[in-house]
Amino acid sequence: MHIHFLDPFRPRLSPVHALDPRVKLVLALAYILTVALTPVGAWPVYFLLLAVILSVGILSALGLGFIQRRALLALPFMLAAVPIIFTNGETALFSFPLGTWTLTGYAEGLARFASVALKSWLSVQAAVVLASSTSFPDLLQAMRAIRIPRLLVAMFGLMWRYLFVLVDEALRLMRARAARSGQGAEAVHRSGGSMAWQARVAGGMAGNLFLRAFERSDRIYMAMVARGYDGEIRSLPLSAIGSGSWLTLAGGLILLILLLLFGFLLWG
Amino acid sequence: MHHSIEVQNLSFAYPDGHVALREVSLMIAPCEKVALVGPNGAGKSTLILHLNGILLAPTSKAHTTGQGQVTVCGMPVEEKTLGRVRAAVGLVFQNPDDQLFSPTVYDDVAFGPLYQGLPAGEVDARVASALAAVRMEAYARRVSHHLSTGEKKRIAIATVLSMQPEVLVLDEPTAGLDPRARRSFINLLRDLPLTMLVSSHDLAMVRELFPRMVIMDEGRVVADGPTAVLLQDEKLLEAHGLEKP
Repeated sequence: MHIHFLDPFRPRLSPVHALDPRVKLVLALAYILTVALTPVGAWPVYFLLLAVILSVGILSALGLGFIQRRALLALPFMLAAVPIIFTNGETALFSFPLGTWTLTGYAEGLARFASVALKSWLSVQAAVVLASSTSFPDLLQAMRAIRIPRLLVAMFGLMWRYLFVLVDEALRLMRARAARSGQGAEAVHRSGGSMAWQARVAGGMAGNLFLRAFERSDRIYMAMVARGYDGEIRSLPLSAIGSGSWLTLAGGLILLILLLLFGFLLWG
Repeated sequence: MHHSIEVQNLSFAYPDGHVALREVSLMIAPCEKVALVGPNGAGKSTLILHLNGILLAPTSKAHTTGQGQVTVCGMPVEEKTLGRVRAAVGLVFQNPDDQLFSPTVYDDVAFGPLYQGLPAGEVDARVASALAAVRMEAYARRVSHHLSTGEKKRIAIATVLSMQPEVLVLDEPTAGLDPRARRSFINLLRDLPLTMLVSSHDLAMVRELFPRMVIMDEGRVVADGPTAVLLQDEKLLEAHGLEKP
């Protein structure tokens, strides 16, 4: 049994895939920061930012449909921003009764909500493009390059490596349960058991999975120690960044700064 | 000339009181290939963990759970020799998913040399030659999770070959392999010019590859001799839960 679908990486031949992962990571983070800092209601800037991420999406050959499907992940988080409509501002737009209360929506609140929704949508798209066009080992290298603590990067690496193993294990457990969840020949016996019993089985499975993960961590540690691990994280030096990548990085950052200035000057 | 592995009167009990080894003695000469067989729970894995110093023989007072002495390549296995012992003895665990813990195959094979403090160029050369030795050169940039069990087992061997050990210790190397993967794995083991101690239930492989065989049961070495002779002794095999291949 084997799990591939968890891995967001989609190998393609595209300039975005070919870009140095360090440059990609920095640009993606800078883009998200720019989106977050753009003032509320600076609609032209949002459209320009959307144009930027859509262009990158098209360049990446991942398919805009694919990116948008993944970006739907941001939807539930937008819901959290809904109360802003009713708590923020002075110009009442609409109101409706809710039991003994009356809810009033404000224009300023609506603008703020639309900005938050747009911001999260744009940011998630950037994250989707980054994760789908960069393999995880490359991302780890990039994290090391921008000085994220080595221990943290090593932990991300181990987590990513064993997430798949753990999911495989969970699927095996569930398959074993399904294989033994038969139905008796006599109709009088209701199959499936009571809710409480099912909950107990599921709890047992979760506990089992935890114990297995715990024991596995012990064995992994022994395998590391056997090859000389001494508690310190060591890694090979990174390769140099090419001049083309530097240019892309500089160009991207200048574009984002200009967009941000534009937003601040006209709407800030 | 020292022995590659010298175990003298080694006894060991786990903290829960379970006695895993009782007065085990074992000598292995350089370039000898020895099989370690016996039922589950016989103490094979515990013995193997001692050869790499993951479990330590009680040379200091802190370890009161056992006694005995383990010497590897002329070095007594104790706290201050651990680094060199681990470079000298390559230990490959049974489950390759435990052995391969890095994001890519390259990182995993480079792990040992990196911890030996070798310069980057040397690490690179070690990785290349280790992958070549197991005939997996094309896999350096692959992700361990997407490999087959047979491929993982080969990479697992490469992860210790890159440390250029004198002794290779393998735990159940052919478990879970299909016949073709098992065959190519056996050929690989035959070609590696190292001292080898291999724990296995695969007596057909033992007969084919290992001139000498050590049988363990209930924490003791119960037989040690030429494989051809021991495998003829059906009474002995039966007494220790083994079957003539």
